[in-house]
Amino acid sequence: MLDCGLDMTSTLNFLPLPLVQSPRLSNLPGWSLKDGNAFLDKTELIDLSTVDVVLISNYHCMMALPYITERTGFTGTVYATEPTVQIGRLLMEELVSFIERVPKAQSASLWKNKDTQRLLPPPLKDAVEVSTWRRCYTMQEVNSALSKVQLVGYSQKTELFGAVQVTPLSSGYALGSSNWIIQSHYEKVSYVSGSSLLTTHPQPMDQASLKNSDVLVLTGLTQIPTANPDGMVGEFCSNLALTVRNGGNVLVPCYPSGVIYDLLECLYQYIDSAGLASVPFYFISPVANSSLEFSQIFAEWLCHNKQSKVYLPEPPFPHAELIQTNKLKHYPSIHGDFSNDFRQPCVVFTGHPSLRFGDVVHFMELWGKSSLNTVIFTEPDFSYLEALAPYQPLAMKCIYCPIDTRLNFMQVSKLLKEVQPLHVVCPEQYTQPPPAQSHRMDLMIDCQPPAMAYRRAEVLALPFKRRYEKIEIMPELADSLVPMEIKPGISLATVSAVLHTKDNKHVLQPPPRPAQPPSSKKRKRVSEDVPDCKVPKPLLSGSIPVDQLVQTLEKHGFSDIKVEDTAKGHIVLLQEAETLIQIEEDSTHIICDNDEMLRVRLRDLVLKFLQKF
Amino acid sequence: MPEIRVTPLGAGQDVGRSCILVSIAGKNVMLDCGMHMGYNDDVDDELEIKAYYAGHVLGAAMFQIKVGSESVVYTGDYNMTPDRHLGAAWIDKCRPNLLITESTYATTIRDSKRCRERDFLKKVHETVERGGKVLIPVFALGRAQELCILLETFWERMNLKVPIYFSTGLTEKANHYYKLFITWTNQKIRKTFVQRNMFEFKHIKAFDRAFADNPGPMVVFATPGMLHAGQSLQIFRKWAGNEKNMVIMPGYCVQGTVGHKILSGQRKLEMEGRQVLEVRMQVEYMSFSAHADAKGIMQLVGQAEPESVLLVHGEAKKMEFLRQKIEQEFRVSCYMPANGETVTLPTSPSIPVGISLGLLKREMAQGLLPGAKRPRLLHGTLIMKDSSFRLVSSEQALKELGLAEHQLRFTCRVHLQDTRKEQETALRVYSHLKSTLKDHCVQHLPDGSVTVESILIQAAAHSEDPGTKVLLVSWTYQDEELGSFLTALLKKGLPQAPS
Repeated sequence: MLDCGLDMTSTLNFLPLPLVQSPRLSNLPGWSLKDGNAFLDKTELIDLSTVDVVLISNYHCMMALPYITERTGFTGTVYATEPTVQIGRLLMEELVSFIERVPKAQSASLWKNKDTQRLLPPPLKDAVEVSTWRRCYTMQEVNSALSKVQLVGYSQKTELFGAVQVTPLSSGYALGSSNWIIQSHYEKVSYVSGSSLLTTHPQPMDQASLKNSDVLVLTGLTQIPTANPDGMVGEFCSNLALTVRNGGNVLVPCYPSGVIYDLLECLYQYIDSAGLASVPFYFISPVANSSLEFSQIFAEWLCHNKQSKVYLPEPPFPHAELIQTNKLKHYPSIHGDFSNDFRQPCVVFTGHPSLRFGDVVHFMELWGKSSLNTVIFTEPDFSYLEALAPYQPLAMKCIYCPIDTRLNFMQVSKLLKEVQPLHVVCPEQYTQPPPAQSHRMDLMIDCQPPAMAYRRAEVLALPFKRRYEKIEIMPELADSLVPMEIKPGISLATVSAVLHTKDNKHVLQPPPRPAQPPSSKKRKRVSEDVPDCKVPKPLLSGSIPVDQLVQTLEKHGFSDIKVEDTAKGHIVLLQEAETLIQIEEDSTHIICDNDEMLRVRLRDLVLKFLQKF
Repeated sequence: MPEIRVTPLGAGQDVGRSCILVSIAGKNVMLDCGMHMGYNDDVDDELEIKAYYAGHVLGAAMFQIKVGSESVVYTGDYNMTPDRHLGAAWIDKCRPNLLITESTYATTIRDSKRCRERDFLKKVHETVERGGKVLIPVFALGRAQELCILLETFWERMNLKVPIYFSTGLTEKANHYYKLFITWTNQKIRKTFVQRNMFEFKHIKAFDRAFADNPGPMVVFATPGMLHAGQSLQIFRKWAGNEKNMVIMPGYCVQGTVGHKILSGQRKLEMEGRQVLEVRMQVEYMSFSAHADAKGIMQLVGQAEPESVLLVHGEAKKMEFLRQKIEQEFRVSCYMPANGETVTLPTSPSIPVGISLGLLKREMAQGLLPGAKRPRLLHGTLIMKDSSFRLVSSEQALKELGLAEHQLRFTCRVHLQDTRKEQETALRVYSHLKSTLKDHCVQHLPDGSVTVESILIQAAAHSEDPGTKVLLVSWTYQDEELGSFLTALLKKGLPQAPS
């Protein structure tokens, strides 16, 4: 199984979970207050307990892991890099604590009944498989799920069941994010998911190792192909500065790891020149401290620039300095220390970007009424208009600066030209322009041969056939082989060997020596002498030149040889021995009396002219 | 004959510098000349290097060097017991052709870590209690941090006020390294680093050279570790004369160093300028050096299961003892070359080839049939073209090369005394063969002929003698054994038919 992301857009169908009961929200007519997570609708297609291995490409793509490992009877192994697991744990921990902080008084489920759902307004009416929406997992499940993860490093080869080797490669998108190579000895499949060619904090994408792929599975492209991340960062900074200078507050709904590191780094360079040195930056998340600390210890997963810093030794990210100089402060929640330190105007980074739960809900309620304030959306996962819907009417400014560093279509086509896979496989959405911009033919994957699209719940057969498997020839057997040059540069050797197969590894060993004939003097029964025809004779090839055969026969003491021509060849008659040899292009027939000695002599003479296979 | 050659240039039967040259399958690798971190580095298309955690100092690694199916593991310095700041070395059952292991502590079997720690703390504590000064010569990274953590926790617990100093001014920098490279430390430190960084010490302060003359007790960590130069030696000279003081050597000392001399009991040291330094202070040795002891080395050999072992980085006498032990216990050959001496190990790598899936699957399916007790023979043709080796069925090999099969057939005339009609003769042959060859498929065809597997037997009248019938037994070369057997069997005649 490649990745197990959690589609949380379904949470947009729910009302925000505020810390304190909001009279406005609870007085909305016919309200339903509930969280929900849509996930893997068509799971009945496969029995998840039969999944042997899960490969994770980045921390965003593992958010559904507890559902799989804890609720399906899963007994396999999960492979991921250390930063993926550590930061993935932080994201899950944040999610769980956001949800558990606000226990719901009641939860509705009747609406999930298909007949009821039909009557609901869109988009709920059109939501698919709502019955599979699940409540959020617990921290206990998270810990148990993560205990099933086997840590791997970039380029580290892991053998699975002796059949295939999997190798994570840097994908350049996030700390520890990986593309995966799945290969046998003769086939190579690359799984490219969530990759970036931009220089941000992670180690650059390893493209060279993707070459010579039979199949390249391509997914996790940018969600906003029309936005340029660099431009967006610039817009982010200038809007932020503008708001703060006018005495307003800035709210940045975000995940606790990832782009936030880059934003903090930009601000680090920007605040002095923009005169923002005295403005406090708050990062509020149950895992804010851990996220900032963890980012500093994964040097080997960072870009070269940052990596070289730790040898000085200096922390790779400048947010260490922002914290030291008190410009950036982090808090687990808005309770406690934060309420004492809180000064306005300020900039707050907090989650969750869906605006449905987490401390961000509080700030939306607090700052929404003033037009001095600004909310800046940087995470591309949720539609900002939908996210804002329950807060309308809003006076605060809303800026949309989605920063998605993942591959865009231009970069994809460059990458594919470079890597040249035999086949490309991708989600159907990438094979046509986005529905809203159907004229933009540049916003789709363009490659030769055309990419094969996969759709939800459909099985895609790949157009290549496995032909070979690796087998080891033991040195003793190899020594006994007699190669023979058939054509220039091509040699053949016939092999008769014992096949041993264990754990999908095949080995050829020399055939056992013929057993010593039992020394028993007892007359054996005839049937015991029946030869073991399981030792196959080689196939023969070639043709027999009659003249040379006759010469050879004469040399071996056969006299009175007569040769007759036939329609297809010759007949060689050994008159004395009452034997005839019919020779044609592709066959030889020896017809003789029952004289085994004679037959074997003739056989061996004939075989000299033929090649064995 | 393929082989692996190893030549130590700097670690053969001695301790200190190490530099070893390995030739494996046409590749030459120099060990201990700096490697960057990461796993499975494909250096070129054939040479592959994998790093394992070695636990000796921060970032220490063991390397597996692999070319094709041949491999060598080089341990460098490693430690098989986890300590207060590093985890234990670990290797998988990678079964290398050769394991090159350091053997600094080839004959030592250390008592438990806990005992040593208790002992160390007791000695330090007793000395400062009676007002003495404790000097602990260390190297900047590694043991120093481990002992600092140990003392820090002890001071905290016992609420001690005696100052602890760390020389070189490197403290902060060294500890900063540890903080940034926390992923290389042990589980416990990694797990708790967000809440509490083990490398931020409350009780341990930077040392100033003027402090050495301060009255009263103190503990000083000073570099270098073998007392051969620098600050540790300077402090030693100042404190050596007082029997209340103590020097604790936590690691190995090379011959010729002051550390080695005082450990071997020398109490009068000749310093430069013909000065003689009398050592009255107490001298203690505690092995905190993070090298594997004999037990650890044996453990690693057991884990990796090598075909042979080569010892480096140790003293010849001690190595000899360990060599015998390894050969006895693991029944593998063990070498200990001197510098410049080359060890050559013949290897017999198996040869990887591609087998056509059709052939493989056919064979495996037949291997699964009931009654397949004996190992079956796989028969195929190995096609060698350029450097590609493929094993295919003989039919496929012929087809690929555009060759036609040449059929070689034999027909033998067997004369039988039988006055009956040919059809009856055939029937007798059939029942005889049917009862004799229980394991074979014997059939009587409508046209009167008899088949055994694919061998055809026909009965014909003799052209001259009506009392004789001629059996024509016909088979192809592929049925050679059975055909030959049948003619021999039929030549013996048929059993008398019950009249």
